[in-house]
Amino acid sequence: MLESEFLRWIVLFPLLGAAVIALLGNRIPRSLVGVLASGTVGASFLLGLAGFLKLKAFIGQGGSETAFLTDTLYRWMAVGRLSVDVSFVLDRLSSVMVLVVAGVSFVIHVYSIGYMAGDKSYWRYFSYLNLFVFFMLLLVSADNIVLMFVGWEGVGLCSYLLIGFWFEDLEKAKAGKKAFIVNRIGDFGFLLGIILIFWHLGTINFYGIAEQAPQALERGGALSVTIALLLFLGATGKSAQIPLYVWLPDAMAGPTPVSALIHAATMVTAGVYMIVRLNVLYLMAPAAMAVVAVVGALTAVYAATIGLVQNDIKKVLAYSTISQLGYMFLAVGVGAFSAGIFHLMTHSFFKALLFLGAGSVIHALSGEQDIRQMGGLRLRLPVTYWTFLAATLAIAGIPPLSGFFSKDEILWRSFASPQGHWLLWMVALAAAVLTAFYMFRLLFLTFSGPCRTDQKVTQHVHESPRVMTVPLVTLAVLSIIGGAVGIPEALGGGNGFHHWLAPLLGNENGAVPAAGGQHYSHAVEYAFMLLSVAAALCGVFTAWLFYVEKPGKAAELANRAPISYQLLLNKYYVDEIYNIFLVQPIKLISTYILWKLFDVRAIDGLVNLTGRMVRGLGRVAARLQTGYAQVYSITFILGVVLVLAALIW
Amino acid sequence: MIGLHELLVVSAVLFVLGVAGFITRRNILIMFMSIELMLNAANLVFVAFARHLGRMDAQVFALFVMALAAAEAAVGLAIIVAVFRSRQTVNIDEMNILKW
Repeated sequence: MLESEFLRWIVLFPLLGAAVIALLGNRIPRSLVGVLASGTVGASFLLGLAGFLKLKAFIGQGGSETAFLTDTLYRWMAVGRLSVDVSFVLDRLSSVMVLVVAGVSFVIHVYSIGYMAGDKSYWRYFSYLNLFVFFMLLLVSADNIVLMFVGWEGVGLCSYLLIGFWFEDLEKAKAGKKAFIVNRIGDFGFLLGIILIFWHLGTINFYGIAEQAPQALERGGALSVTIALLLFLGATGKSAQIPLYVWLPDAMAGPTPVSALIHAATMVTAGVYMIVRLNVLYLMAPAAMAVVAVVGALTAVYAATIGLVQNDIKKVLAYSTISQLGYMFLAVGVGAFSAGIFHLMTHSFFKALLFLGAGSVIHALSGEQDIRQMGGLRLRLPVTYWTFLAATLAIAGIPPLSGFFSKDEILWRSFASPQGHWLLWMVALAAAVLTAFYMFRLLFLTFSGPCRTDQKVTQHVHESPRVMTVPLVTLAVLSIIGGAVGIPEALGGGNGFHHWLAPLLGNENGAVPAAGGQHYSHAVEYAFMLLSVAAALCGVFTAWLFYVEKPGKAAELANRAPISYQLLLNKYYVDEIYNIFLVQPIKLISTYILWKLFDVRAIDGLVNLTGRMVRGLGRVAARLQTGYAQVYSITFILGVVLVLAALIW
Repeated sequence: MIGLHELLVVSAVLFVLGVAGFITRRNILIMFMSIELMLNAANLVFVAFARHLGRMDAQVFALFVMALAAAEAAVGLAIIVAVFRSRQTVNIDEMNILKW
């Protein structure tokens, strides 16, 4: 454990940025706002890098395998047995998270300078964005679960602020509200989980929990499973899994860089991070892990089916995000924690790139988002096209791009891991095929073929400025080479990524005895790898067939299965179902019972009653003041008599 | 000889008469007379005890009370004159300006 006073600045720089921009934003020139905001995040990234290198060096020189850097700011609260410090930790896991979050955030900040250039609330945007980065960095570097929850809630808040950034549009404001409310439902479960953890383990510190969990909890016991599932409920809200994913597609109402940052690369990954952080706890509850894996796999394939037919470029990417997050949960659910984080990292690269690329397209087409009104942009937007292609290849899992390595590891582990199952693998494979298909559908419809854009729009089509294309290229490079840190042994690599995180994982370092299970040879793994590549190529080929070779095929298929098509297009009517069975009843109960009955009649009634009582008492007392002096004197004399009587008796 | 007991009884009777007069009469001047009556009843008690105990303190106190009564009567009558000048009445029921 190394005390490192600079850790606090990783988290605090963006907060400072947000504060300065909020207070002075309308008085300082725009360029300064953009530079300041990006600068604070860049500084955080550099500090995070410094911390990572310091940690690496320390361990390399013989330090403890589980060494970490720590920095305590102050004691937040000390009540009875509970003591919560504002304290940051940079260990193997959080260093990876800090680098990913700060790095991708920096790139997106720079991109935003260009994207939001014409907006009238330029400084408010950057203030919110910096605030978000602050909360997210707080979330990943907190050393205890309560502080992490502060960050958790904070990113939810910033998500609301940024989704509803253009709040004058009612629909956009409603989207922001929806995100926050759905999130809060999950947070309810999360909070209960925290309470149970403290109650039964006596600590809220992550290292303390990892230590206590194997002793204080019964493996597979009801308590362990309950805690794990409650925390997972929070994760389904934050990371958009079934059943609380409904806010994410609506969140596309926010500015595109926001979608890139929050709803692709960072905030939505918080749930995955949380489970990996508490991996020892989860390993004590195999039933809960099974639930996580199943939900993840189902969400992956479910969201992929919806993404197949969406026509808004951002909606496709939104469902893609939900689907890829499902993969991450599948990974952690079967105990492949490092695979989950690996995919988190590669996904943040290529998904952010996809969103920023979409933003570039939207920007070029003066606001058009419907892919049916696009096409033929390959030559007009070359940088956007090639970077988008790189990201699409990555997400489809085509080697040797990063997405292949991370997704493939998940697929393999979902089959081969002790808690894996061939069914999970099949579902994940199906999702992979669909992913490849709908992503290439998106690519082809947007960039290839004839130009379907409106005449007026076509005239203004232009490649984005350098401040937007350089981030695209940066992310593209990362999407292509990012897999190098995690090349599996089956292909001759050392899987450095896995070994970096292994000392913190309960099923790797011996904290929780492994559940046994079969051991497969490299040959089997290789075979599975070929299968997944083949599946991905199938998806790509089918997309090419439907959208380049024979453009009418897709519409023909839609016409031949109208019910299925409508079902997918309308996202299985889940929003409508939730509305009927949850939203409207709650609104009715709130209006007629909580408001009209309880608030108006009970509470207001109580207050009014007090008022009426005082008035009544006053009226009675006023009868004493008749104005007649004789009555007063009678009262006086009565008093004297009573006193005398009391004295005599 | 007139005993203490008798004097006290007379004094009590006088006091009660004063109270009764104060409560029942409507004319404010008569009410004032009743007040004086009550004060004198008290005086009588003082003097009775002075005679019974053979001390001068009580007699001096009775003089005090008389002086006080005089002063109070002066002020009170001044107020009555002022009220009469504005209301043209000495009926206490008509000097009530409370609304209810």
